[in-house]
Amino acid sequence: MTRIVVDPVTRIEGHLRIEAVVENGVITDAFSAGTMVRGLEKILMGRDPRDAWAITERVCGVCTTVHALASVRAVENALGITIPPTAEIIRSIMMTTQYVQDHVIHFYHLHALDWVDIVNALKADPKKAAEIAATFSKWDKNTPTYFAEVQDKIKAFAASGLGIFANGYWGHPAYKLPPEVNLIAVAHYLDALSWQKEICKIHTVFGGKNPHPNYLVGGVPCSINMNEVAAINSERLNLVKRLIDQADEFVSEVYIPDLLAVAGFYKDWAGYGGGLSNYLSYGEFPTKGYNQPDSFKYPRGVILNRDLSVVHPVNATDSQEIQEYIAHSWYTYDKGDSEGLHPWAGETQIKYTGPKPPFETLAGFDKYSFLKTPRWKEQPMEVGPLARLLVAFASGRTDVQDLVKDTLGKLGVGVPALFSTLGRTAARGLDAALAMKWLKEYYDLLMVQVKINEVSTFNGEFWEPKSWPKDAEGVGLTEAPRGALAHWIKIHNGAIENYQLVVPTTWNGSPRDAKGQRSSFEQALIGTPVAKIDEPVEILRTIHSFDPCLACAVHLYDPQGRHIAQVSFE
Amino acid sequence: MQQKGYSRRDFLQFCAAAATVAGFGQTGVAQVVSAFEKKDKPAVVWLHFQECTCCSESFLRASHPIVLDVLLDVLNLNYTETLMAASGFQAEKCLTDTIANNKGKYIVLVEGAVPTKDDGVYCMIGGKTAESILQTVAKDAAAIVAWGSCASNGCVQAAKPNPTGATPIYKLVDKPVINVPGCPPIADVMMGVVTHLLVLGQLPALDSQGRPKEFYGRRVHDTCYRRPNYDAGLFVESFDDENARKGYCLYKMGCRGPVTYNACSVIKWNEGTSYPIQSGHGCIGCSEEGFWDNGPFYQHLASFPGFGIESTADTVGTVVGVATLAGVAAHAVVTNIRKHQVIAEVHAEDLKES
Repeated sequence: MTRIVVDPVTRIEGHLRIEAVVENGVITDAFSAGTMVRGLEKILMGRDPRDAWAITERVCGVCTTVHALASVRAVENALGITIPPTAEIIRSIMMTTQYVQDHVIHFYHLHALDWVDIVNALKADPKKAAEIAATFSKWDKNTPTYFAEVQDKIKAFAASGLGIFANGYWGHPAYKLPPEVNLIAVAHYLDALSWQKEICKIHTVFGGKNPHPNYLVGGVPCSINMNEVAAINSERLNLVKRLIDQADEFVSEVYIPDLLAVAGFYKDWAGYGGGLSNYLSYGEFPTKGYNQPDSFKYPRGVILNRDLSVVHPVNATDSQEIQEYIAHSWYTYDKGDSEGLHPWAGETQIKYTGPKPPFETLAGFDKYSFLKTPRWKEQPMEVGPLARLLVAFASGRTDVQDLVKDTLGKLGVGVPALFSTLGRTAARGLDAALAMKWLKEYYDLLMVQVKINEVSTFNGEFWEPKSWPKDAEGVGLTEAPRGALAHWIKIHNGAIENYQLVVPTTWNGSPRDAKGQRSSFEQALIGTPVAKIDEPVEILRTIHSFDPCLACAVHLYDPQGRHIAQVSFE
Repeated sequence: MQQKGYSRRDFLQFCAAAATVAGFGQTGVAQVVSAFEKKDKPAVVWLHFQECTCCSESFLRASHPIVLDVLLDVLNLNYTETLMAASGFQAEKCLTDTIANNKGKYIVLVEGAVPTKDDGVYCMIGGKTAESILQTVAKDAAAIVAWGSCASNGCVQAAKPNPTGATPIYKLVDKPVINVPGCPPIADVMMGVVTHLLVLGQLPALDSQGRPKEFYGRRVHDTCYRRPNYDAGLFVESFDDENARKGYCLYKMGCRGPVTYNACSVIKWNEGTSYPIQSGHGCIGCSEEGFWDNGPFYQHLASFPGFGIESTADTVGTVVGVATLAGVAAHAVVTNIRKHQVIAEVHAEDLKES
């Protein structure tokens, strides 16, 4: 029995440590630890609720915008604000843009090197690479000259030190791609790096900057005026259109074809990394406003035991449904560490009981992470693109069903293949393809609004704190690219009295709960083979398939050990 | 009010403060320059502490040069947890090898603040605290760049009550630190700093807060295309009102442009696409120390001591509060009057200097 430690887990956001127990070349137990905490919820206390989007947006710069959206929704929910339809469309344009950008970056820059051997790409025949690429993509850049140039670039780079590619697991027996496919993927890794900065400009048009564009309680900050240069006008909308067209081409001719080509060589990974069998999605992309979740393009719901015949309803305001546990987290609860608390009643008393740094292992420590452990009706849930697709599939959404069936057909695998590391990575690609399609739809809807002059982007009815009730509480639900994300807020006398975030990587990457039930990362690693314990690329494959975001996952801390719910701001 | 303008004495005090705060003596400058008088691509490590990775993401958005060319041709980025292929001890080896093989010659780019409370347990990487990693890596560095507001001034985790004791880098190391604040900094500003350092082999001139004057020498307000609206008293009164749709000044909506030193309204964001004010939201002042605690974002600023476009961050203190309409008008008037006085003073100072 060997205990492998991977720390830092790189090519993620934030600070993650994985400790895995390997017996006879197979993982038999795993521990996922978040090792950084900032205390943002504590910092939110007493502030103006209208500022919360800006503070919570800084939870994460990789999944930028998503916390801002959850936050403005939570405040609007608390204060009974309905935003104008045009503002909702612009928010959806921002969010679909984020999906597409985030997923492409994840595939090429955070995940691909678990599957693609960059050194092996030097052995490829560029002409043959172009021929192979032509079989699955119409992208006109895929020429022998282009692949030869990329190869030369990498050769020169290797000669001057490998920089970010140094000390990778190159030549590891788990890499299965032929040199030409490695070269295609490496070439597109470089292209994606240059492309991703383009699609982000959509955020900049509507939000002024990226990362961290501006949001606004009550709508969006930009105004539309087709007769004014200093507003959203024809030129701005044309720019957005061009960026959407570019993105559409990149997703359909580069990302999706590459994903399927690479996946075709790793079908064995449809048998590993399945992990949990419960899936949660809050639903996303309103078509008749946020207050009508039935209209969302992605529906809300829970799937239990991989049973796609039943979708269970989710109520985020029910104190018995979503709860957070700290049995194995560096916190303590007044009523005992085995309790579960709904976010509106959340307690936050940090108590680091881990080893004094520097340390070698967390083995032997009952508590081992700064992440709390969320549960839905006491059950662990996987969240993310796969969960979204499964809930939509099971809810009878034909657009999702058709896309999923078509993709499974292309790969020659059945529905059970979805419940795996490979399935998770493929689901992210389909999620991006759907987001791309919806981004185009939302743009067209925006143009209709402009045409009929329905251009209001802000509802200021309850902007002034004097119009607010003395006490209010709300919840903002979103589906971030990484999965179910919600913010819970309590407002008292115009100030934030309590603010809690339960984010995707907290669901997926948390330590086990009081009952010993593992969360997604830990469960998914069980049964994974590890060929070389000093080069555990297999661990990275499964962990990266969740697209971890640790800054999001850990954000709590109250140094006074007070109950946040009891802090008053008279 | 005239007494709040700057004199030669103030200027000299500032110079001394700048040298102390930034930690740059003449030796520091020479050290950096000599580090790049060689043909090899310079070795660079990028550390991640208490941050949200928005600085890394912003770096990827650069348009001139594009990040790909920088990564492949300009420098050897041997350690960055966001992009590097290696994980675990192979990743740590990238860091230790770079330090061992490039003593005194490598550049450290730091993203994130360092928690100093409770022996630093609030940020640990590879079982080591952020602070111990910073000290080890900084020891033999030629220079240190603090990316973003987290590393430059603590940013959001250092906002009241700063639960984890989040501390900016310059307070923890006795090395030169170039502060490049912003949440995040503009991509092409980051590239500008990198190339100024690595391609020119020169340290950019810094202000009293260790920020390159090249990008942080002017207030957003004074370079804003909406500034004429301010001077004419044309203000947005509510988001998306008629005035907002005409692109009037966002001062009354809480815009922090008047007290924020950054390049947003000149360079703009994402290859010059837009910047917050152009897209209808006031500046939140994200490159200024303590900006999270400078009052609610939608409360507009009180009038400031008179200062004009010639002022620098070194002479203007941030005064925040709730302004009255009279205050806004007074500010507008004073600004114009002060402008002429300040120009005269600057000319006088220049003559003395030369």
